[in-house]
Amino acid sequence: MTDSASTRGRLRRSRWLAVTVVAVLLLAACGDGDDASEAAATTAAAADAGDAGDAAAADDGCEPGETDGDLAFYNWADYIDEELLVAFEEESGISVDYSVYESNEQMLTKVESGAAIYDLVVPSDYMVALMISEDLLLPLEFDALPNAANIDDAWDNPPFDPDHRFHVAYQWGTTGIGMTYDMLDTLGGESSWAVIFDAETAALVPGDISMLDDAPEAVSAALKYLGYSITEVIESGNEEAVREAGALLKATNDRLLKYDSVTFGDDLVNGEVDVAHGWSGGFAQAFFETDAYETHVYTIPIEGGVRWVDTMAIPHNSDNVCSAHAMINFLLDAENGAALTNYTYYGSPNTAATPFILEEILDDPGIYPPPEVYARLELIPQMGDLGLIVQDMLTEAKS
Amino acid sequence: MSSLDTAGTKRSSRRLLAANAWLVFTFLYVPIAVLVVFSFNDSERVNVWQGLSPRWYGEALGNTQVVGALRVSLVVAFTSTIVSTVLGTAVALALDRYRFKGRRALDGTVYLPIVIPDITMAVMLLVFFAEAFKLIDAFGPRLTLGVTTVALSHIAFNISFVAVVVRARLDQFDRTLEEAARDLYATPWRTFRRVTLPLIAPGIAAGALLALTLSLDDVVISSFTAGPGATTLPVYVFSSIRQGVTPELNAISTLMLAASITLVVASLALQRPRSITP
Repeated sequence: MTDSASTRGRLRRSRWLAVTVVAVLLLAACGDGDDASEAAATTAAAADAGDAGDAAAADDGCEPGETDGDLAFYNWADYIDEELLVAFEEESGISVDYSVYESNEQMLTKVESGAAIYDLVVPSDYMVALMISEDLLLPLEFDALPNAANIDDAWDNPPFDPDHRFHVAYQWGTTGIGMTYDMLDTLGGESSWAVIFDAETAALVPGDISMLDDAPEAVSAALKYLGYSITEVIESGNEEAVREAGALLKATNDRLLKYDSVTFGDDLVNGEVDVAHGWSGGFAQAFFETDAYETHVYTIPIEGGVRWVDTMAIPHNSDNVCSAHAMINFLLDAENGAALTNYTYYGSPNTAATPFILEEILDDPGIYPPPEVYARLELIPQMGDLGLIVQDMLTEAKS
Repeated sequence: MSSLDTAGTKRSSRRLLAANAWLVFTFLYVPIAVLVVFSFNDSERVNVWQGLSPRWYGEALGNTQVVGALRVSLVVAFTSTIVSTVLGTAVALALDRYRFKGRRALDGTVYLPIVIPDITMAVMLLVFFAEAFKLIDAFGPRLTLGVTTVALSHIAFNISFVAVVVRARLDQFDRTLEEAARDLYATPWRTFRRVTLPLIAPGIAAGALLALTLSLDDVVISSFTAGPGATTLPVYVFSSIRQGVTPELNAISTLMLAASITLVVASLALQRPRSITP
């Protein structure tokens, strides 16, 4: 009995589990051939009943700020200043049902099942592409989003949603290497993936090295070191390059203390590792909160790194489409957009928000890289068939 | 055996066992002690020590999301415990007392939710709710996952745990006591209330406590069956990891730990005078 009890607590690795679940659900959906007709029948039934619900509302379009019911907002944990939710409730007069998820895949599972009705979700870039391809997102009505003009032109027409119909950017960040200034000096003042992947350079690291426990990130880092463009490799289906990156990861494995996606920032500040592969916000939070800014630095390697963006989007079965638009528009406001960044320490895509963002964030090249560094960053595209091979590469490297 | 059974080997084996007991004890409780100590950490980061302070307790209790998640957890835990204790006890009694059609099948399958992995159960429940909602949708009302579905799922797995624990108690039950009560003209209901129930009460209490703990502890099933506004505390804690862990989580965990210890101690105190071993 106690065994089962502790097993319950121990099931943590939910990511691959979530992937499995998605696969299962997909199978279920495929087996269920008359899904579409069923859905059509439901819509027809709703129309027959004279239901002036969401379908009708979507036809009419929403006015800016118009609401049509309480908002079910599904977001990453600790990814919004709660005062913003309170402010929105006061301004709009509706209440916000706020719930949180821990991975894109978990959110996908919920939305895909159709059993959970959310009005607003925050998928990352590659997840937007996947959700669009599965018809899980409603196109946005930009007439109801006047504040969308605040978004920087750089975010127009990204590869994951080329016509920019289904999403608006929420927050963005980068992936690179955190280290001490001493280490950076040893490297000659220029950060490079060689500090992880090249045996001779890595030997200069006095202590240990950690990498993200995330297959796309680890493989992307290796690809960057090998001189590939991640986008080209993935889009051309270059399996050979992915396997080459996998072999490099395997050769690097013995040099690493661990693969870690959670405490990399703390570990670096603590001195448990001296070089850590990780996300900008994770390092920024660890540095700010322990005053480690004098000694530690987050860098984007000379070979380039990864950038990513989380976005706001409306799921296919949303009940309160207008409320969702009202919330998106609210968060795209200059001051509210700044409040997001001042809370999360991730970059804001909102140019109008810049004057309201804390100086220490704006001045941090780790959060807002200078243009020449920014040019070296790539979005990880949707992996498609290569996704499984990429996963295998990390698994093999660890074994 | 007897030739080896000298005083020396006896003493050394006793020492070895005692050492092992202490090792197990350390293994179990040192992490908990670390968790509690670090909940009083003044630092923003969970594993960077910056001095003693109770600030994270204040922050945890001032965080409306944490308090909201705690409320959801408690509502789900108590609802599911009460319902599953009643239903589980009834199932155990039915399986123990009566011969009916499908009894053997039920007897075999009542263990299933204990044996199958959480994740399988979670997927099953999610698919079940999705399909059921689709069906109901056709008749009009649009349902969504929420606190109700989480509570239903917890009832679903807790029934088995309660039933198994209560059955174990029933197995050692001395049926002659009930027969004696009936010989003394007690009605079946009176027999149940005055004889059977007090005798199996420790089993029921143990089952209920187990159900409460499992419900408060569950992450996988809760996260799959939760909908808008139904984030339980473990799901919230688990989801917070992406943004980095603060000692606030230690403070919350310490509070939960204190609550569970109080519950266990209270239940032990309640059980002691009443426990009649058959």
